[in-house]
Amino acid sequence: MNAPTYNFAYLDEQTKRMIRRAILKAIAIPGYQVPFASREMPMPYGWGTGGVQVTAAILGPTDVLKVIDQGSDDTTNAISIRKFFAKTAGVTTTTSTEVATVIQTRHRIPEASLRAGQVLVYQVPIPEPLRYLEPRETETRRMHALAEYGLMHVKLYEDIARFGHIATAYAYPVKVNARYVMDPSPTPKFDNPKMDNCPALQLFGAGREKRIYAIPPYTSVVSLDFEDHPFTRYKFDAPCALCGAADSYLDEIVTDDKGSRMFVCSDTDYCEGRQAAGHRGSQAAAPHKEAAHD
Amino acid sequence: MYVAVKGGERAIENAHRLLAHERRGDRDVPEISLAQVAEQLGLAVDRVMGEGSLYDRELAALAIKQARGDLIEAIFLVRAFRATLPRFGVTEPVDTGQMRVQRRVSSTFKDIPGGQVLGPTFDYTHRLLDPQLVHGIEPAPPAVGEASDASTPRVTDILGRDGLIEPSPQAQADADVGDLTREPLGFPAERDLRLQNLARGDEGFLLALGYSTQRGYGRNHPFAGEIRFGEVEVEFMAEEVGFAVPLGSIELTECQMVNQFKGSATEAPCFTRGYGLAFGQSERKTMSMALVDRALRARELGEDVLAPAQDEEFVMSHSDNVQATGFVEHLKLPHYVDFQSELGLLRKLRKEFEEANAAPSLQEAAE
Repeated sequence: MNAPTYNFAYLDEQTKRMIRRAILKAIAIPGYQVPFASREMPMPYGWGTGGVQVTAAILGPTDVLKVIDQGSDDTTNAISIRKFFAKTAGVTTTTSTEVATVIQTRHRIPEASLRAGQVLVYQVPIPEPLRYLEPRETETRRMHALAEYGLMHVKLYEDIARFGHIATAYAYPVKVNARYVMDPSPTPKFDNPKMDNCPALQLFGAGREKRIYAIPPYTSVVSLDFEDHPFTRYKFDAPCALCGAADSYLDEIVTDDKGSRMFVCSDTDYCEGRQAAGHRGSQAAAPHKEAAHD
Repeated sequence: MYVAVKGGERAIENAHRLLAHERRGDRDVPEISLAQVAEQLGLAVDRVMGEGSLYDRELAALAIKQARGDLIEAIFLVRAFRATLPRFGVTEPVDTGQMRVQRRVSSTFKDIPGGQVLGPTFDYTHRLLDPQLVHGIEPAPPAVGEASDASTPRVTDILGRDGLIEPSPQAQADADVGDLTREPLGFPAERDLRLQNLARGDEGFLLALGYSTQRGYGRNHPFAGEIRFGEVEVEFMAEEVGFAVPLGSIELTECQMVNQFKGSATEAPCFTRGYGLAFGQSERKTMSMALVDRALRARELGEDVLAPAQDEEFVMSHSDNVQATGFVEHLKLPHYVDFQSELGLLRKLRKEFEEANAAPSLQEAAE
């Protein structure tokens, strides 16, 4: 029986080269979805295989990797992917946004500002922003080629006609470098402004759909809107109950069966950093740390 | 008092430990061996090799054991392993006309050169649960006869001699064959890629689509021209020695469907082909594949594309069970953040709805 042996960061060098070529093309054409020969990874499609392939292709031995899911380093799939790279690449891992050189994420952009030299790798389920308006790839590729985005504007307009505002809460479409309409992955629209003019490189990997796209550093990213209905960021009513932050995205925690709720930062590193710096929310407690074990 | 959720790492480790325990089951029951899976659950192994795209009975048996008999999970394990294998080259096309057939049936001719051979089949068994198998039984040895040295030409080749069926496209030796595991799929896709996609596609999905064509959604009136199962030789052109070297033999099932074609302004009416091929004995799969292959040729044959089975983008984008199961099951992953955005939006919409509905009644009350 063939005993499996794996290369640094799992993928063979030929595959990494193929992915890097796709990444370079994606960087050269900001927001354009580059088809790539996505491989079957040892985790399921839809669980971050695109992000994992991008990370595997760019990771070097000196990189420091952070993996988050829903903003947290401690969600099970984030742990699973972090362990995968710790095992197959032997890279240092961290939960600190500041320390990391590569951050793989699902559904969030960290609260702390990213810096030049960092790479943010997004896991993307459906890369095509027009997909729910037009299911055919042959059609949507043509629409992108012609920059024919009227359908998307009509959809947003219909929201306004029906609800009085744009009723898209996450995966809110953006226009990159004044050319391609792009799906930011299912991040809440709260995170959209962070993509604009960001010093870090942003790479997006969709494994099942076999697409890679990118936002190079310092590129304009504009959330689609109308002059009389400008894009608005989601605003929470109360600050984080643990760290008191008023500027972060919050998770709603159901605390009993009588309808009690509390709101805490979704970005756990940000929240813990603020608590360590002495900030306190209304229900602050010392965060419980998992005991080390291997 | 709320504390941030931690402990995921230990939870994962313990879950996997429990999984291994459950996989083993009652430890008083002897553990199943790979040889038992390969020998006694052979059709499961065939399916995993086929949809896993890797001809290795032992690895497929291991995958089935590891997956606790969940065949899609086993296919996934084999695919993930396959993706890591280096490629040495491409074999010569196999010649199914030279197959050492164990089974070969045609529904279009009563007798055919080489004869009809039933072989090992569930066909004509009465589906009655067999109490003799409860404690195991030594079956009678198979009947043996003199092997005939008559050749077994493909039924479609017999039809082809009179031009009644479209010719099978000739292999172009120097043209590259597409490989959707190495190049991203684009549309429209040619038949090589479509057939590769169908060969890897989920048996259940293809069965349902093939069935839908029989019930009128893209009907093309099929006959099972021939289904054959047996061993074929695999050869590899070794540049160093300058000739094709046999690598070994594999078991294949091939199905050639013969379908109606009314003809067009430029082409005389003739029968057309739908083709199915799979590792091992996989008749349901190859028959379904042949129906769907024919349906997907609608564009090429100038037929209207109206039914799901004729729509290559629909079929090819959804046939892969490893992709499908991953994306369906990813709904198990946390979606707190998106859900929170939706909650916020929904609360806002409901508040606006209530305010809008409350306003007129207040006005009425004032009047």
